[in-house]
Amino acid sequence: MNSPIFLAAVAAIAGAFALVQPHLGPFWQSLLINILMYTALATAWALFSGPTRYVSLATAAFFGLGAYTMAFLGEAMPLPMVYLSAAVIGAVVAAIVGLSTLRLSGVYFVIFTFGLAELIRQLVTWAEAKFGGTVGRFVFVPVSPTDIYFMLIAACVAVFALGWWVQRSRLGWALRAIGEDETVARHAGIDVTRAKVLLFSLSASVMSVVGCIMAPRWTYIDATIAFNPIISFQVLIMALLGGAARLYGPVLGVVPLAILFELLQANFPNHFSILLGAVFLAVVYLVPRGVAGLLEKRR
Amino acid sequence: MSLLTLENLSRSFGGLRAVDGLSFAVEPGQVLGLVGPNGSGKTTALNLITGNLRADSGRVIFAGRDIARSAPHSIARAGIARTFQLVRVMASMSIAENVAVGAIFGAAPCAPAEAMRRAPALLARIGLEGRGAEPAGKLTYIDQKRLELARALAAQPRLLLLDEWLAGLNPTELEEGIALIRSIAADGVTIIMVEHVMSAIRALCGRIVVMNAGQRIAEGTPDAALSDPAVIAAYLGDDDA
Repeated sequence: MNSPIFLAAVAAIAGAFALVQPHLGPFWQSLLINILMYTALATAWALFSGPTRYVSLATAAFFGLGAYTMAFLGEAMPLPMVYLSAAVIGAVVAAIVGLSTLRLSGVYFVIFTFGLAELIRQLVTWAEAKFGGTVGRFVFVPVSPTDIYFMLIAACVAVFALGWWVQRSRLGWALRAIGEDETVARHAGIDVTRAKVLLFSLSASVMSVVGCIMAPRWTYIDATIAFNPIISFQVLIMALLGGAARLYGPVLGVVPLAILFELLQANFPNHFSILLGAVFLAVVYLVPRGVAGLLEKRR
Repeated sequence: MSLLTLENLSRSFGGLRAVDGLSFAVEPGQVLGLVGPNGSGKTTALNLITGNLRADSGRVIFAGRDIARSAPHSIARAGIARTFQLVRVMASMSIAENVAVGAIFGAAPCAPAEAMRRAPALLARIGLEGRGAEPAGKLTYIDQKRLELARALAAQPRLLLLDEWLAGLNPTELEEGIALIRSIAADGVTIIMVEHVMSAIRALCGRIVVMNAGQRIAEGTPDAALSDPAVIAAYLGDDDA
């Protein structure tokens, strides 16, 4: 897809989301918030994992860090500063983690990122009990669901713009080369570690901001909500269904799955994980290259 | 001054001394042949020069700087490009994009758009003109080798390392390949080629280094070095063997 069409499409869809807002009831607004949130998360996930083919399950870790940033700083500083702090915290944690783990490849990286999210969740639970004397925190900030809706639109536009820029940049080329053959990339003059850490941080930064935007929606958060591993799995499966190799791919998976998960959760609350697993299997077996891959094959 | 000097370079794998006190130098503009029986340490030597492997001891001086402990990407940026013995292309990228990667990140880095503009000329030079949009993975083995060379040239290296680049070519392709390497050398690129095709070595290399068991056993013009008794013994075994 060439860039004028892509950017125009992003602007048009964002505009449409903004325009329909006054006509949405609470149910539809809540569903669209979900779709916007997962669009931002899955696209950010694919920014890094798409070209490098490093499957990360750390989405929940960065999302949760962002949510906790809001819980801790929401009343202490102006809101824009809180979102900025979340971006910085996500990027810094990702850089530290990236420097120590991006040498890992394949399944080791997957396991590590999953472990990381769990580790942070446990650390937060422990620290809250030990030093805060609490299990969770109330998030009392003047942010309405409508504010969240508009901020998520902005976040989606930002992540698409970021992705568009990265694809054209030397960084994007470096990541694609790394995904194809790391040895060739290295010998072609690419600083492989630097490129991976940079993009991992950018991607994590977006996830943290999204977590920060979402936090007020729950009013009360604890580590189990903020660092829910289901978020990581849902983002992964959405990006895979859509196709992580294209910038517009993940959103093609987000829309149907966000609706499906909403329906499943409403109708089968006790069997949700089983059904999620079944959807996971179906996607991997039936559309291994994602909807975007199918579309390109058809042409 | 030599462009590249190896000084007493060594690397072991467990108990095996793959490269054992290797020293030689390459002058600017030279085409140096690196030959020897299988397992004599030629590819390991190339991997030490390009930073793919780290030397246990010794020095690699490139353009006056010791690069023996540098990372592969900084060695590449300093002006050393290579091809691989087992061909490596970026299979799902297009042919032109493969070449562009060389130009974007090589010794004379350029913007991606500029790299894509330069790609067609390089593809024409190595005999893949007009095919830039095809996926690299669909190319035949020989064409993948050509593509690797184009990628290496796109980096505008001062030193080019070819690891059995001529292996597996038929006689016509071999003629073309030799002419191509000669034209690259004529542009002023210094070349080290690991090669088993002796006719190519004789046609291209002013000087060769013969290795056996990780050591240099002979050095000189191809005719002189290949008729050295030590070299004959290394290839064919001793009289009493």
